[in-house]
Amino acid sequence: MSENYVTMAHGSGGLETQKLIDEIFATAFGNKYLSQMEDSTIVDGSHKIALTTDSFVVTPIEFLGGDIGRLCICGTVNDLLMRGATPKYLTCGFIIEEGASIVSLKKIAQSMEATAKEANIFIVAGDTKVVNGKGDIYINTTGVGFIDEKQEELGAKRCEQGDSIIVSGKLGEHHAAILSSRMNIENQIQSDCAPLNHMVMALLREKIQIHAMRDVTRGGLATILKELAVVSQKDFIIGEDSLPVSSTVKDFCGLLGLDPLYMGNEGKMVAVVSKNHAQKALEIIQNSPYGHDAAIIGQVEDGNGKLLMKTSIGGLRNLEVLTGEGLPRIC
Amino acid sequence: MMDLSVIKKYLREYDASDIHIMEVCGSHTAAIRKLGIPSLLSEHIHLISGPGCPVCVTASSYIDKLLQLARAGKCIVTFGDLIRVMGSTSSLSIEKGRGARVEVVYSPFDLVKMAKSEPETTFIFAAIGFETTTPIYALLLEQLLAENINNVQLLTALKTMPPVIEHLCVLGAPINGFLAPGHVSVVTGSDIFLPIAKKYHLPFGVSGFLGDELLTAIYGIVKAKDKGCVMNFYPSVVCAKGNQKAQECVQKYFVKTDAAWRGMGIISDSGLKIREAYSMYDAGSADLMEDKKSNQACRCDEVLMGTIAPTQCPLYKKVCNPLNPQGACMVSSEGSCHAYYTNG
Repeated sequence: MSENYVTMAHGSGGLETQKLIDEIFATAFGNKYLSQMEDSTIVDGSHKIALTTDSFVVTPIEFLGGDIGRLCICGTVNDLLMRGATPKYLTCGFIIEEGASIVSLKKIAQSMEATAKEANIFIVAGDTKVVNGKGDIYINTTGVGFIDEKQEELGAKRCEQGDSIIVSGKLGEHHAAILSSRMNIENQIQSDCAPLNHMVMALLREKIQIHAMRDVTRGGLATILKELAVVSQKDFIIGEDSLPVSSTVKDFCGLLGLDPLYMGNEGKMVAVVSKNHAQKALEIIQNSPYGHDAAIIGQVEDGNGKLLMKTSIGGLRNLEVLTGEGLPRIC
Repeated sequence: MMDLSVIKKYLREYDASDIHIMEVCGSHTAAIRKLGIPSLLSEHIHLISGPGCPVCVTASSYIDKLLQLARAGKCIVTFGDLIRVMGSTSSLSIEKGRGARVEVVYSPFDLVKMAKSEPETTFIFAAIGFETTTPIYALLLEQLLAENINNVQLLTALKTMPPVIEHLCVLGAPINGFLAPGHVSVVTGSDIFLPIAKKYHLPFGVSGFLGDELLTAIYGIVKAKDKGCVMNFYPSVVCAKGNQKAQECVQKYFVKTDAAWRGMGIISDSGLKIREAYSMYDAGSADLMEDKKSNQACRCDEVLMGTIAPTQCPLYKKVCNPLNPQGACMVSSEGSCHAYYTNG
């Protein structure tokens, strides 16, 4: 494509739109489904399905450890996985502001395709719209996953007394990476943005008794665990000393008055599993890509929906869901 | 330092007469709740949160003045928490939604860059804080003067700690000792609390912000009950005389003045204002003495004075929460009500 920037003409529906789609998206995402190039795509399937949708408005669109392209695949793929679904098909809608760089757009498309391959999901349909603005890019992705009919549904209500709580890796890294970039703070913190399909598929394959899984995104671990505690009407007890947080993120949070418990990730999950399967689950996660630093951080007890943390000095801290905004857009 | 396990055992098993210890530093309030320190203390040791959060003690007339300047087209520059504090009828956050320009910064020096790149805009820095923050404003004034920047003014509501502590003692608040503020003491020196300690026979323990530091200071205060003394449990950064360079810098640009404290009224000589010689940098800070509650049932005033705990306010966790704060103590993460709300 000869132009360097997206113009309103790229959104006209005419020749320029066709060129944009052909030269960027069809080239990057080409597969047997997308190549139908009809008003809708026909896909195979006869399963119970999981459906999810998410919009990605992160700034900046490129950051240490990833970009909006990788993020928009991981976010949707991980949401499917958290219900025990195998990710199959994904659609994407681009809202592109006039002035966006064609080079950036190509990089994003390539990043999406590489991540989709890693996550074993097909990008089967898409849309682009060009709007007035200052060159920003927003993406919506919708995902379809298949669920094994025999598998028990995962959800907060299934959490039981005695269950172990496992987190799949270090907390706060995506959030800290985005904030560092926005605030021009130089450090080595990389976003952990990653698809968790290998990890989750391995847990399902090994028939681990998982009761609930959640993607640790906006709101952070504390918000997610508190939600699980409230829905299940059990108390969730975690230990501060068990939480995996890198010293760099810890120091970064200390400087800015942030709390890693409330910082988002984009490639971490929390799993509530039967106590007698906890050790095996931990090993599976630790041996999967992106799960090396996984840890058992606590357990579920009878109660009434509290999230309590044993602090490093032996105190007991009651945790609530994140309130207020405080922080910039991170996904 | 004593063995922490001995300290923890003593504090857990203490069963002599009840002792009330007030902390007057927002970071202490937040750290105490985050570390779960109350759960480690005997029921006879009570920690009370005092007026230590700068956002929480700022009077409504100050916020109203900022709003007036914002509506007049000035760009208001502030640290984050202040934007959600209600004045008598509105907040910076609400005005921002209506089109006013409000910029949140992490350092006042970001303002210098903004002022240089937009010489036609008048920037108002919302300069609130205690002894810890005032030296930064003094340095900002120094830079504005040195670089001849004329499109920045400060709206000040600067406060000092000893007068408000003495005010609480005069009122006869039920306090047996103070956890003296760590950051303030770095600047002022720990000796600044000595006259009050002696006059009212109260122990002051200067503390850091880590669990072992706080527990050690609380232990020291309990052991020194009824003794008029100042104990420095944060010697790594606090000394008796403080940071004299910072004190001189503050002296150069600021002078003592009466100040209005939210919910507590006007306390003589408890604030600082820009000296007459530099009044061109003052956005009209004088006479901001009025203080109105936006919700009449709010009991932030009593929370600030330590006479009730946040949980005793009828609005707490009902209409008042961090998303819809009725009083300033629920706004800042260092406010007592916010700390109780988020960490139980």
